[in-house]
Amino acid sequence: MDHETKQPGDPSSVVLCPDGPILIRGDFEIVTPSGDPVPRHRNTVALCRCGASAIKPYCDGSHKLIKFRTGIPSTVDEDS
Amino acid sequence: MKRPKPRGPVSAELIELLTGEPGTEMAAQSELLGLVSETARLADDILTDDDLQLALFCLYELHYGGLEGVDDAWEWEPGLIAVRRLLEEPFEQALRSAALVAAGHPADGKNAAAAGKPDSDAVADMLFALAAQDSGPSLSRYVAKKATVEQLAEFLIQKSVYQLKEADPHTWAIPRLAGRPKAALVEIQADEYGGGRPHRMHSALFARTMHGLGLNTSYGSYVDAVPAVALASVNMMSLFGLNRRLRGAITGHLAIYEMTSSRPNHLYAMGFRRHGFGADVTEYFDEHVEADAVHEQIAGRDLAGGLAEAEPQLLDDILFGATAALAIDARLTAHIIEAWEDGRSSLRTSLTAAA
Repeated sequence: MDHETKQPGDPSSVVLCPDGPILIRGDFEIVTPSGDPVPRHRNTVALCRCGASAIKPYCDGSHKLIKFRTGIPSTVDEDS
Repeated sequence: MKRPKPRGPVSAELIELLTGEPGTEMAAQSELLGLVSETARLADDILTDDDLQLALFCLYELHYGGLEGVDDAWEWEPGLIAVRRLLEEPFEQALRSAALVAAGHPADGKNAAAAGKPDSDAVADMLFALAAQDSGPSLSRYVAKKATVEQLAEFLIQKSVYQLKEADPHTWAIPRLAGRPKAALVEIQADEYGGGRPHRMHSALFARTMHGLGLNTSYGSYVDAVPAVALASVNMMSLFGLNRRLRGAITGHLAIYEMTSSRPNHLYAMGFRRHGFGADVTEYFDEHVEADAVHEQIAGRDLAGGLAEAEPQLLDDILFGATAALAIDARLTAHIIEAWEDGRSSLRTSLTAAA
């Protein structure tokens, strides 16, 4: 995993971007169902929520092309 | 960077002056000031004026990596700051007019402002809507489907004037912001600068792409080859970044830049793969598909939106910065595609002469 700068103990935050991806910050791991780490190149990632990304699990902006709507009126932050 | 070749009387006098000692030749300095004032007044379109854009580019470069054989102390020479301001005034006016034309109506946030304090989600929506309206000829589609290897090299040369110092102009804004927009800008810039890993810096990735096509990767080596409007696009960022009063414009510029990046970079990568280039060349573009999908969210909502919440009077400039970026980018794209469709080079000098 090309990821060296995370700070252990940071509370993670999950931002539900309106009509867009899920933005995750902090101390977390992304793994496959069998527990293998998914390659990650940055601290804060955007996870695909519309299903159209060509680089899943990450967002590539495709939600804009398919006019994906979340129907969630506001951004929600939550501590995990 | 190497000192560029002059493109007219103003850049010639400026570059000549810079080879001397700062604090001397006051007569030559005031002569330059007079010449700039006269030339700027008579210029048809400062956005495509080679002489004036190159002069401005050299003046800004003193604040970045500097020019070879030019004393660092020139950076804050009062006479040169005066010249810079004389050039910046009509340049900013031209950018504001171009932004007005591109927006089709005054690019302002009156509705949001009228409703009270602009909300960061509403600002992000406005910027995403602006980005979605962008509908000129597409350089990325041309690169993906039609560009020859020579045109791919030209495309990199056009971009290199900025991309080899990618992110630097926006970094000027960091100490001008506070709280949420500052944290957002630092988060984006840290990613732009490789998150602590020099080889992951976006400018370093771009240099590897250029290297893969046999191009010179030192900053500014192709400045002589690029047209005025390519210089204007970088000068615009320096203008916005170096003037604190334009901090709204630089954040709007960054937000729209990120919002119009993921998809085009996907197409650019396709163009290079089509000609058999490998991961060393396409990594820069592949990285931007993923990175900018993250950055556009942070830049729209937390940076530009957060700044508009903190300083509502800056909303108009946030939209101005975004619209001006789209307008100048459209002019550069039109310049390149027109040349290519005519079977010409989009550069001023041939590739072999520039290298």
